[in-house]
Amino acid sequence: MSMLEAAHEHDIELEGKDEMSSSGACEGSLACSTCHVIVMDVDYYNKLEDPTDEENDMLDLAFGLTETSRLGCQVIASPELDGMRLAIPSATRNFAVDGYVPKPH
Amino acid sequence: MTAMAIFRSRTWLSRSFSSLSSHPLRVCVVGSGPAGMYTAEKMLKAHQGAEVDIIDRLPTPFGLVRSGVAPDHPETKIVTNQFSRVAQNDRCSFFGNVTLGSSISLSELRNLYDVVVLAYGAESDRALGIPGEDLSGIYSAREFVWWYNGHPDCRNLSPDLKNTDTAVILGQGNVALDVARILLRPTEELATTDIACHALAALEQSSIRKVYLVGRRGPAQAACTAKELREILGTKKVQIHIKEEDLHKSPEDEEELKNSRIRKRVYELLSKAATTGPSLPSSGQRELHFVFFRKPDSFSESAEYPGHVSGVHLEKTVLKGVGSGKQIAVGSGQFEDIECGMVLKSVGYKSVPVPSLPFDHKNGVVPNAGGRVMSDTSGDPELIEQGLYVCGWLKRGPTGIIGTNLHCAEETVASISHDLEHGLIASPSTSTKPGREGLLQLLDDRNVRAVPFSGWEKIDCEERKLGSLKGKPRVKLGSWEDLLKVAV
Repeated sequence: MSMLEAAHEHDIELEGKDEMSSSGACEGSLACSTCHVIVMDVDYYNKLEDPTDEENDMLDLAFGLTETSRLGCQVIASPELDGMRLAIPSATRNFAVDGYVPKPH
Repeated sequence: MTAMAIFRSRTWLSRSFSSLSSHPLRVCVVGSGPAGMYTAEKMLKAHQGAEVDIIDRLPTPFGLVRSGVAPDHPETKIVTNQFSRVAQNDRCSFFGNVTLGSSISLSELRNLYDVVVLAYGAESDRALGIPGEDLSGIYSAREFVWWYNGHPDCRNLSPDLKNTDTAVILGQGNVALDVARILLRPTEELATTDIACHALAALEQSSIRKVYLVGRRGPAQAACTAKELREILGTKKVQIHIKEEDLHKSPEDEEELKNSRIRKRVYELLSKAATTGPSLPSSGQRELHFVFFRKPDSFSESAEYPGHVSGVHLEKTVLKGVGSGKQIAVGSGQFEDIECGMVLKSVGYKSVPVPSLPFDHKNGVVPNAGGRVMSDTSGDPELIEQGLYVCGWLKRGPTGIIGTNLHCAEETVASISHDLEHGLIASPSTSTKPGREGLLQLLDDRNVRAVPFSGWEKIDCEERKLGSLKGKPRVKLGSWEDLLKVAV
C-alpha cells in the first residue's frame, strides 16, 4: 500500500487526493505532483529507495519542494518505515493573507 | 422537455430533498478547465451552503485538459475523473455552450451571483510583431494543438504538411516539444490515441522530416521540463542534433543552474544528448534540431508558392545579465536563415479581455491581488472589484502545469473566504442575487441552448463508442454542430 492509499484509508487530507479515489490527480501514474509529501525525518527518508528519473521529473514541478520530498504514490509502506512522519506542503503558506482588509470599490 | 424545464425540476428536487440553507452563497465560475474546476471543488468544500455554477463557451468541459494535452499523453488526462466528480456534486451545475461576452455579459453575471470567478484562461497568442508574420504556413502552436486535438474552432485549419520537408518551431517550452513530437512520431504510434482523425490523415501524408526547435537563449534557459525532454529525445527513428558549442556555460549560467533544479536537470539531458551525438546518418531518419541563441527577425515569402512562408531569418543573440540572476537575449547583428515551409510560433498564449473587465494589456492578465480583481493596474489596494475574482492563466499568465492551478485556486478561494468573513461580499442571507434561476431565465430568454453535464456525458459516451470501433480511446466529435446535436 502506498502512502497515498494509507492516507485515504485513515481519512487524512492529502492535497490533490479526491475523496473517491485513492490517489492524486493522475491516480498514481506518475503524471502529476499533487500527492507530494515531505518526509519529516531524514533517517526515514534515507531508508526509502531512491526516486526513479520519472519520479524526479514530477518532483521537479512539485509545490514547496524540499530535500526530503517524495511523491506519496511512490512510497510503499513496509515494517521498517513504522513511525515515519509525513508533512503536506501548505499552499497558503506562500500566499499568506496578511490580515490586510481591502476596501471594496 | 426543454433543457430549461429539466434544470428547473432538478433545482426543485434539490431544494426539497437536500439540506441546502435557504440562502445559498451563489457562485459562478467562468471556465471549466483546471483553474475553474479546482476553484469549484474548493468552494464547494469550504462553503457547505454554496451553490456553484460553472459556465464554459464549449459544449465540452475541461479546457486544455481536453484540447491542449497531447493525444499521446493519456495519463495527464486522468484528472478529468476528479473534475467530473466536482461537476456531479449536488450543489454544482455545469452549463456548456454559454459564452461570457456574448451569451451573457460580465455585468449581468455579477448581478446574478454573489461571487464570480473568471477562470477562462488564454485563448489567444503573443505576436512576434515581425515582417511576414501573416504569411500562410505560419501558425501559432495553440491553433496547431487545437487542430490535432479536434477543437471545433480549428477543424478547418488544414495545415499543409506536404509542401515541405522542414518545419521550424519558435520556442522551446513544453508546448513546442509537444508539437515537434506530434510532427515526428511514427504515425502508427499516433493511430491508437485520441488524436483527431483529420490530423492523423494529414500526418500520415506529411513530407516533414526535419523539425527545428529555436530558442532565443541557451540550453540553461530552455523552458521545457525534464519529462517532456526525455520523451522527445527518445522518439523512435529520430536523430537528435544539438551543437556542443551551444552547451558552453558562463558563470551566470552556472549560477542560474545552481539555483534551479528544473533547469539543471534539463541542461544535463541536453548536454548528454549533444555529446552522444546523432547516430550514423541513415536514410529515412527524421531529424530534430535544437537551435539556441537565435531570435526570429522576419519571415521570407516563397517565390514558387506566393503568399506562403519559405524560411525564417534569424538573428544570433548573446546573453546579457539584467540582475537578480536573469539573463536576456540581445541581438548581435549577425544573421542566418533556415528554409522551411511551415512555422509554428510557440512563444506564449495570451488572455482575451471582455467588456467591463479591468485588464493589464502589457502582461495579458487581469490585475489582481491574491485573486481579487483590481479596478486598474495602479496597484492601489483600495480599488477592488467587489465579488469578482480570477484564477488560473487569466490571473497568473500562461505558465505552469495542471497542478499549478490547484494552488492558484487555493489562494483565490482563501481570498473569497476571507472577504466573506469580513463582510466584503454581500452575506448570502441578505443577498438578493437570483443565481442559477436568474441565469437559466436569461439564457432561455435569449434562446441559448446551455449544455448540462449530462449533455457532455452523452458526447463522452458517443466519442468512446466511436473510438472502440477504431482501437482508439475515443474519436472526438469535431464540429459544433455534431457536439450540440449529440448533447441535447
